[in-house]
Amino acid sequence: MKLPVKMTINGQSVSHEVEPRLLLVHYIRETVGLTGTHVGCDTSQCGACTIEMNGQAVKACTLFAVQANGATITTIEGLAKNGDLHPIQQGFWEKHGLQCGFCTPGMIMAAKQLLERYPKPSEEVIRHQLEGNLCRCTGYHNIVKAIEWAADKMAAK
Amino acid sequence: MAVTEDRLFGKSIKRREDPRFITGRGNYVDDLKLPGMTYAAFVRSPHAHARIKGIDVSQAKAHPGVVAVFTGKDMTGVNSLPCGWDLRKEKNIPGVVQDLAMVPHMPLTSDVARHVGDPVAVVIADSQAAATDAAEKVSVSWEPIPAVTATDKAEKGPKIHDVPTGNVAFKWALGDAAATDAAFKTAGAVTVKKRIVNQRLVANAMEPRACVARYEDATGELTLWVTSQNPHVHRLLMCAFVLGIPEHKVRVIAPDVGGGFGSKIFLYNEEVVCSWASRRIKRPIRWTASRREAYMTDAHGRDHVTDAELALSKEGKILGLRVKTTANLGAYLSTFAPAVPTFLYGTLLNGVYAIGAIHVEVTGVFTNTTAVDAYRGAGRPEACYVLERMVDAGAAALKMDPAELRRKNFIPKFSGAFNTLVAVTYDSGDYAGALDKLMQVFDYKKFRAEQEAARKQGRLLGVGFSTYIEACSIAPSKVVGALGAGAGLYESGTVRVHPTGMVTVYTGSHSHGQGHETTFAQLVADDLGIPMEQVEVIHGDTGQIAFGMGTYGSRSASVGGTAIKMSLNKIKEKGKLIAAHLLEASPKDIEFVKGQFQVKGVPAKSVPFGAVSLTAYVPHNYPEGLEPGLDETSFYDPSNFCFPFGAHACVVEVEPETGKVTVVRYVAVDDVGNVINPMIVDGMVHGGIAQGVGQALWEGAVYDNDSGQLMTGSMMDYAMPKADMLPTYVTDRTVTPTPVNPLGVKGAGETGTIASTPAVVNAVVDALSGLGVDHIDAMPLTAERVWKTIQAAKAGK
Repeated sequence: MKLPVKMTINGQSVSHEVEPRLLLVHYIRETVGLTGTHVGCDTSQCGACTIEMNGQAVKACTLFAVQANGATITTIEGLAKNGDLHPIQQGFWEKHGLQCGFCTPGMIMAAKQLLERYPKPSEEVIRHQLEGNLCRCTGYHNIVKAIEWAADKMAAK
Repeated sequence: MAVTEDRLFGKSIKRREDPRFITGRGNYVDDLKLPGMTYAAFVRSPHAHARIKGIDVSQAKAHPGVVAVFTGKDMTGVNSLPCGWDLRKEKNIPGVVQDLAMVPHMPLTSDVARHVGDPVAVVIADSQAAATDAAEKVSVSWEPIPAVTATDKAEKGPKIHDVPTGNVAFKWALGDAAATDAAFKTAGAVTVKKRIVNQRLVANAMEPRACVARYEDATGELTLWVTSQNPHVHRLLMCAFVLGIPEHKVRVIAPDVGGGFGSKIFLYNEEVVCSWASRRIKRPIRWTASRREAYMTDAHGRDHVTDAELALSKEGKILGLRVKTTANLGAYLSTFAPAVPTFLYGTLLNGVYAIGAIHVEVTGVFTNTTAVDAYRGAGRPEACYVLERMVDAGAAALKMDPAELRRKNFIPKFSGAFNTLVAVTYDSGDYAGALDKLMQVFDYKKFRAEQEAARKQGRLLGVGFSTYIEACSIAPSKVVGALGAGAGLYESGTVRVHPTGMVTVYTGSHSHGQGHETTFAQLVADDLGIPMEQVEVIHGDTGQIAFGMGTYGSRSASVGGTAIKMSLNKIKEKGKLIAAHLLEASPKDIEFVKGQFQVKGVPAKSVPFGAVSLTAYVPHNYPEGLEPGLDETSFYDPSNFCFPFGAHACVVEVEPETGKVTVVRYVAVDDVGNVINPMIVDGMVHGGIAQGVGQALWEGAVYDNDSGQLMTGSMMDYAMPKADMLPTYVTDRTVTPTPVNPLGVKGAGETGTIASTPAVVNAVVDALSGLGVDHIDAMPLTAERVWKTIQAAKAGK
């Protein structure tokens, strides 16, 4: 049995017939072909699959694609506008907030929500808010710096 | 080589690989989609140890969408996965007490499953869902047999392989046993003896292992995309040892790889099975590990149980060190497993100290667990942990300051050679210099005053030091060959100058987070005096790169970088011949200055790099007898290892009521020789510290010894460090260039991991020292373990 789903991803309308058990993250990666959203675990710990759905950061591995029917979704591929990097993307580049790059899309999407909730976050707030996202390369030091950099840039706008 | 302000070498330049990663356009193996793709799911043992009485695949084969199901019995003519490190007396390998038992490791086991997750069959289908569903329908008749997983119970446990030596895989020793015995009998010597357990870890690269194998029937070519730190090594091992297929018809590509930390060095069952199966079904196959599979099958790290003894004079000189270690190798011998607890461990037990005598004995054991191999640091963290913990225990026994005891025993500053008692020769070092710098940054006196004041309020603060050394720039081929390595450990580097003066660099090193595309471009642009934008770096493809031993053992800059440097020298030498011809001068009068070939001291008589490269490819006006083209390849085989060192300090606070440990401050002073990109080196130090702190406080792969089940088989159970568990780090460095290579670089990938674990544990012990605690024998120092330690100390146990 397949069910129809329709949603808007990065401003584009997409619709497919999918198995009800298909996870949203696999729909995004395999069906739609946006592979920037990653799968790093199978227990919703790592956060590499974090996307924005209807304005909220969610782990795309915790939802079925059919649950996102009608949703508006932004993935890492949709964050830069007209070729201009989002300040968080820029911050990760400026402050060396990534090494292997695998956790990075999820980190950036989680950081977006973080800065919407806390525009001027302390280091403690940043670290606490990132507890749903794992990184094995950076020891988080430069991820914190990257988000602080982005917060400053976004406040200056 | 001096590092100056106006040079690209030594500058923190933003990484050129980042734009694709921050916009979601990296190219990882699991991102790959090919026409006609099929998907693999492996059937694995749920038992730690079980005989396979039969496998019924009929229902799985009948499942809709299934293309093929294979078991080990179908893989006729396929050999065992090789172990690339030998330890046998007849090969004159030093230190062998009992020969290594070279046990087979079949890609799909068909007689006995020897650990939870051991693969027995593969199902290949048109979709991942169909493959996974059908794998559930493979019916295996298991006959469970008793298992053993604990390191210290292995020798007496149920026999895992049919070898006469039972579960003892090898015995090995290094150092001078008689001199060490004598040192312990020195009149007035103070001795300390401690049990030191270095627990099993899982690397946990964020990208799970994956492969795509595509066999092309028309050409007989096989392409394997795989999460590898060393694609040429993967190709060689798979072609020559396991599948017996022609190496030149196989292309292995390691594209963007999401972290490795050692776990992606090795040749694994799944990539071999998929490569073999693609030849059978003549369609591409993709397999990506679930995290659960990663925990069960990625090579684990560490897992040592050690009894260590230290003898000191009353004045605090280290007279002798005696170490007896049992190293758990798991159920099979992973690619480099025997090297890790022997030549990468015993040879580092001299540390940064002038020690009177050293003797180490290692027993490698088989257990019903996932194979153990190199994990970030590989043997060196275990050695550093033993030594730095024992030095602190010695200081406690002598009631001496731990920093002071270290200072009393440092090897004095040197460059060139220091022969240790454990078979290696250090290249250069200034160990007191690193500790001096640390003390400046850290302000030790102030901390001790704070600690005293805190204690009066009932708060438990502690500081821990670690003055470490590590061996990297792995490795001189002849040396490792004599020690049992099946491979040479040189590196290749090609510099291809195009007619327009643009440059493509092909390196056998592989970047899976290290930023080679940036650092190697910096190195080349700096050397040729051209903009970085004119340099592209290619890595991770056997189809493009001459050869490569890959990235591990902090070897990329020192070995891979030097190979590139050698090719740059050849390019410039050839360029001088061309420039001399164009300038009508003698080649010996030509020098290369900032991107120009010029007559020595006469900048007006010069020809730019781009004109020389164009002439090399349009050789109309050209030296007689000189080959056209400007394209050079070099292989660099280092003359020695390089030995980075440093001094780390960690401050912790322990909650007396709960035992919870918080890292309050962390200061790292590292000496990795010259630094190409400080931002990147600092980043690697940060990540290394986090992994070492993770081992000290939270991480550990736990097996239940009765059932043999892996209790920490997911990220829900294995405690990965999170952002709010770790502090901001203070990093600094001293610079002692190595004389081993022309770049003066030593290696920076593993220092943080090696140094930090003992610093943290020493800090916790220091915090509890007021209660009479001088040691905690096992990690991680979870709140529970620390609380129990506090309770035992209070009860006077």
